[in-house]
Amino acid sequence: MKLLKLVPDNTNIGFLKWRNIAFGFSILLMVASISLVATRGLNFGVDFIGGQMIRTTFVGEQSAPVEALRESIGELGYGDPTIQRFGEENQVSIRMKLPDGADKNPELANEMAEKIIAKVKEDHPKARIDGVDSVSGKVSSELFDKGLFALIAAALGVAMYVWFRFEWQFGVGAIWALVHDITLTFGLFALTQMEFDLNTIAALLTIIGYSLNDTIVIYDRIRENLMKYRKMDMPALLDLSVNETLSRTVMTSLTILTPLVVLVLFGPDVIFGFSVAMAFGIFVGSYSSVYQSAPFLIWFGVSSDSFVPAEKVADGKAERLNEGTV
Amino acid sequence: MLDFPRWRVTMLNALIVLSILLAIPSFLPKAWLDRIPAGVPKETISLGLDLAGGSHILLEADTAQLQRDRLESLEDSVRTAMRRAEPRISIDSVTRTNGRLSFVVPDSAQIDAAREALLPVVANSTGGRDWSIEVTDGNRITLVPSGTGNTTVLDQAMNSAKDVIDRRINALGTLEPTIIRQGADRIVVQVPGLQDPQALKDLIGKTAKLEFKLVDENADPEQTAQGKARVGSQVLPYPDNPTGIPYIAVRRLGGISGDKLTGAQQSFDPQDNQPVVNIQFDGEGGQRFARMTQQNTGKLFAIILDGQVISAPRINEPILGGSSQISGSFTVESANQLAIALNSGALPVDLKVVEERSVGPDLGADSIKSGILAALIGTAGVLLWMILTYGRFGIYASYALVINVAMILAVMSLFNATLTLPGIAGFVLTIGAAVDANVLINERIREERRKGRRVIQALENGYKEASRAIFDANITNVIAAVLLFIFGSGPIRGFAVVLMIGIVTSVFTAVTLTRMWVAGWVKRNRPQDINI
Repeated sequence: MKLLKLVPDNTNIGFLKWRNIAFGFSILLMVASISLVATRGLNFGVDFIGGQMIRTTFVGEQSAPVEALRESIGELGYGDPTIQRFGEENQVSIRMKLPDGADKNPELANEMAEKIIAKVKEDHPKARIDGVDSVSGKVSSELFDKGLFALIAAALGVAMYVWFRFEWQFGVGAIWALVHDITLTFGLFALTQMEFDLNTIAALLTIIGYSLNDTIVIYDRIRENLMKYRKMDMPALLDLSVNETLSRTVMTSLTILTPLVVLVLFGPDVIFGFSVAMAFGIFVGSYSSVYQSAPFLIWFGVSSDSFVPAEKVADGKAERLNEGTV
Repeated sequence: MLDFPRWRVTMLNALIVLSILLAIPSFLPKAWLDRIPAGVPKETISLGLDLAGGSHILLEADTAQLQRDRLESLEDSVRTAMRRAEPRISIDSVTRTNGRLSFVVPDSAQIDAAREALLPVVANSTGGRDWSIEVTDGNRITLVPSGTGNTTVLDQAMNSAKDVIDRRINALGTLEPTIIRQGADRIVVQVPGLQDPQALKDLIGKTAKLEFKLVDENADPEQTAQGKARVGSQVLPYPDNPTGIPYIAVRRLGGISGDKLTGAQQSFDPQDNQPVVNIQFDGEGGQRFARMTQQNTGKLFAIILDGQVISAPRINEPILGGSSQISGSFTVESANQLAIALNSGALPVDLKVVEERSVGPDLGADSIKSGILAALIGTAGVLLWMILTYGRFGIYASYALVINVAMILAVMSLFNATLTLPGIAGFVLTIGAAVDANVLINERIREERRKGRRVIQALENGYKEASRAIFDANITNVIAAVLLFIFGSGPIRGFAVVLMIGIVTSVFTAVTLTRMWVAGWVKRNRPQDINI
């Protein structure tokens, strides 16, 4: 049987010569992401800003009557609802701010939910209420802080590990790639206005894990080659390492993307945003390992010295003097 | 590297069989499980609320209220202690501010006696002091809560609140709630299968603190209507007041609290057939109730539930039997709820709902269906890629993947872990991670072959060189998963659990198991060339 080869043997693509362009491109994307987040904002779910979310399926109807709902619920006097489709055409989530004073008296929140549900049922007797989430301002700000903290702690935690296993430059390179991936994912959420909720934090944390996974595989090869080819100059060595691991990078990204794309297409509607974020993150993560974390090592002046034990350095002093540093 | 002693092969195979056996119960219908004899492990994975449908309620204690209550009962005890002292100590200008109780003993000669009389009041059960006694300006005594006093009180209150909630929900029957304390002042209640949590919230939301206090019959009705009370009295809401004013003034002190009840039942008033609640006091409570009704025959007394007066009947004759009847504008249902609440005891602290989530069973079922479908298609896609790319080695990787899934399920069943929706996503990701390990190994083998190494050498190097990257990459995932578990909340923890278990099992299956199979194949066939 002839086996599939996605990447031909012994590729020698000069990835690193594009590094400055790629870096500029990434910076541009990151600036765009940050400004998107700043101008459009993230569409925070009730998990993070508090409020009430009622999920409804309009059984037997082609699509949910979003405009009519907006109007009829607006008339209840609790302010304008945020109505968003999720999953099927006839499924929506209705989000409301909690009424004033609900923090002191949760009865008010109950009352609002009951009135909205009654209104929906009155106009659409066959509508099915799939769930009601009610999160107070206090709890939501705690969830927000916890989520943010988890992100930062995870990023620092894994960077520390990389530093410990490799060298500090690798740690900085890894964290730069993380910041890059996370920023672009935030940009995606600001651009598409997909709901940003607790599941999204889970997705971001997993992206951190995978982005690093990729980075580490390439770093591992770089370290190996640094010890093997002591005379090769740095850009060539990085290119060699990236090329050697290229078929693995492609194959792994593809195999991980396969189930994620399936999740996006056929998976539960409730985790649609989660799946999209993951797929996007894996894609960006593969790119950033090649074009962000690897070139960083050049800019930080990593050389084979970093991994050669001290006594060997003493032995090879003369040779090294001719070599110069890269 | 490729040398596998027989005992290791046996052990690994036993582990595989064990995992599959442990994973099976989760797929069996409940009726079958019931027929399995006891002693055979039949733990299953439980489904999270987002998949099974149900309600999640997070309750938070009103700690300020708890402190106020504590201060109030302290004042009561202090007044009693001073009254009972020999000779009686009179006190003045009693104030409760900033969690402290402060009063003046006008006769400064009595200060020492007062301090002496306070000692039993401030002592706690463990021999320490809940309050410290400070004397200022010669005759002002201030009781300051000691550092641990408030925390201990809150802790005890939360524990007993948890028990009370447990009893109340159990009185509703059939539900299988999970009730756990969270942090210092919160309780999580999860009830699978319950879609409309309103009845539950009504039941939990009631403090069911019953009090009997004398009505201040000399209060000025106009003042009362404005919410103003005389010294020593307080104005409480009384929605059913026959006078039409929805307020009534009651005497602050000298009442009886409802924690002395031994039972409560819904019943009907023999005279007008209205729903009422019958209550019975314990011995001490009965005596106090008898004393109060004896001393105040002919006066009005207020029956107060959760700070609201539900009725204020006249004491026609002393009630000596230790039982009484509460009437108000009850329906049969509300009388029954009150009886349940009273029977399970009063909540020692006010609880309010700060987070509530409910998922309908239909949405949950849809999620399971599409989640499993996605997992199956996704896995099939991954297996196809692997087999097409790596041939025989892809097949080994595929076996490993299937066993990996069985092992995750087995470990989860063993710990009775909960599978949530993000957990299903975690499964999908674990599959990705497991595949990555095999990709790393197989790519390395290819590379080694290209360099002209012989089969055995290439295989050995492939496993050896790849394992370092596999190890590092998985450690970082473990770090992310552990942080997710620590800081994550709700269903996200379900994701982290699957991820943590999955990382361990995937390294085991993708590295150790495939190596065993490759080694076995090489030993049997001694191939000169491999197709990879």
